[in-house]
Amino acid sequence: MSTTRVRAIIRKELREYRRNRAIVVTMAIVPTVFLVEPLIQIFNLPASSAGTLAHKHPLLYMLGIPALAPALIAAASVVAERQQGTLEPVLTTPIRRDELILGKALAVLVPALVVSYGVFGLSIAAIELFAQAPVASAVLRGPELLAQLLFTPLLATWSIWVAMAISARSSDIRVAQQLSTLASLPSVLVSALVSFDVIHANLRLAVSLGIALLLLDRLGWWVVSALFDRERLITGTRS
Amino acid sequence: MTLGRSAAPDGRGGGAPALVVERLTKRFGERVAFQDVSFEVGQGEVFGFLGPNGAGKTTTVRTLGTLIAPTSGSATVAAVPLTPENGVEIRRRIAIMPESPGLYLRLSVAENLECFAGLYESPAPHERIGRALEAVNLVDRAGDTCGALSKGLRQRVALARALVGDPEVLFLDEPTSGLDPVAARDVEDLIDGLRQRGVTIFLTTHRLDEAERVCDRVGILNTTLRMIGRPADLREQLFARTLAVRTLAPLADPDAVFRGLPGVESWHQDRSGAYLISISDSSRAPPAVTRALVQAGADVLSVAESQHSLQDVYLELIDEDVELNARRR
Repeated sequence: MSTTRVRAIIRKELREYRRNRAIVVTMAIVPTVFLVEPLIQIFNLPASSAGTLAHKHPLLYMLGIPALAPALIAAASVVAERQQGTLEPVLTTPIRRDELILGKALAVLVPALVVSYGVFGLSIAAIELFAQAPVASAVLRGPELLAQLLFTPLLATWSIWVAMAISARSSDIRVAQQLSTLASLPSVLVSALVSFDVIHANLRLAVSLGIALLLLDRLGWWVVSALFDRERLITGTRS
Repeated sequence: MTLGRSAAPDGRGGGAPALVVERLTKRFGERVAFQDVSFEVGQGEVFGFLGPNGAGKTTTVRTLGTLIAPTSGSATVAAVPLTPENGVEIRRRIAIMPESPGLYLRLSVAENLECFAGLYESPAPHERIGRALEAVNLVDRAGDTCGALSKGLRQRVALARALVGDPEVLFLDEPTSGLDPVAARDVEDLIDGLRQRGVTIFLTTHRLDEAERVCDRVGILNTTLRMIGRPADLREQLFARTLAVRTLAPLADPDAVFRGLPGVESWHQDRSGAYLISISDSSRAPPAVTRALVQAGADVLSVAESQHSLQDVYLELIDEDVELNARRR
């Protein structure tokens, strides 16, 4: 594993994002739109309803952002380069497929974390500013803040691997993006079910999910690398 | 030309050929891309790989560049056997410039090269980038966004990108495709400069005049390798040497003039009225023919040896294949 080659890919990808800021902005738009309605509900809750929030975890609803946000960019990462003809020159260099995959994944993870933590931070600030004080105290609980911090990279990484696996096997960028968005919905659903206490959140569940995601993230790297077939990507036929 | 390949620290290559290809075949299912291709390319040689569209040239380059796996046969690329395990080592020693430049259009020229310097783990990336840009005369365009460059300039950036890795063997796939004559000449000059530095160049091209100018040897591929050799040797192998004789008026008895002359094998008259004489000895036949014409009282306009170009060789071989395929059907 060459960190120089991985860094070269990350730097190139981040430069491209910087030159085309619409990529990152659009990454933030969809999750932000979905947050507006629940946030307004929280702002409108009377102070007396703080007690009813004891068994709900509205903050965990925001874990849908890292599960959903990186899917579109990650879905484009391989198939777009293939369509633009930029993949072949990269594949002629000494880079190994696991290095290329890791570099691309890390490059998507950076803006995904910035968007997820950014939207999360703004939401906390808005709740502190606009919600009734008892409601704000009931919503902003330490364990949930910690869960948000820890699960955000784990969910984002999983979403990236799924989208990149689709990207490595797709020949059309639009199909890859649509499939990747669909594939990230189960993670969003689980976050929503925990948030609405359909699945009861506790430490044991958090640790189990955390370990499962860690393993899946490691497995994801391996699986996507295995799916990355140079010959198929260059010629469109299986080796 | 200022770009210089650093000396191989491990003595890589030695005196061995840069490319050794033995009965290499690639099939995609039932479709044969190329088969039973065998050739060698010496170190520092410029080898032209010619053939019609779909002949398997690009697939051969991709196979030797470890992008796709051969179906059968073997090869050694830059002294490394072509096996899946050796992919990284081979790609470290070679560079491929595909037909389409494939640049990151939102990034600058220098940023494109920086990325590839990183991928090749160049020890002094900025120095290498500077030399590569100098080699293609693009130093003053380093900060330009690639999307704003003309096709010719993009091609030159792609060439600079191929040089950043300091390759032992450089595969150029149609490097002058779509370039104007001046830009194409610049690329030819660059190829010549690389040859002088000892870089082995494997050039696929449709420009036969270009191949004739820059290549030491050429191979003509049409799924199978039809011929290989120096352009002059191919001409000799394929075409009998011919003298073209033009006279002011037709000869009364040409057979009596040409028959039995030393070095003359046969003759015929073409549509323009010229006498085309097949010869076996180019030092004895022309003087003998000239003397015979003078003795016959012919008004001689010219006696000249017919010159066949590489294009004639190419077309002759490809036409043979077309005829053969038509007969099989």
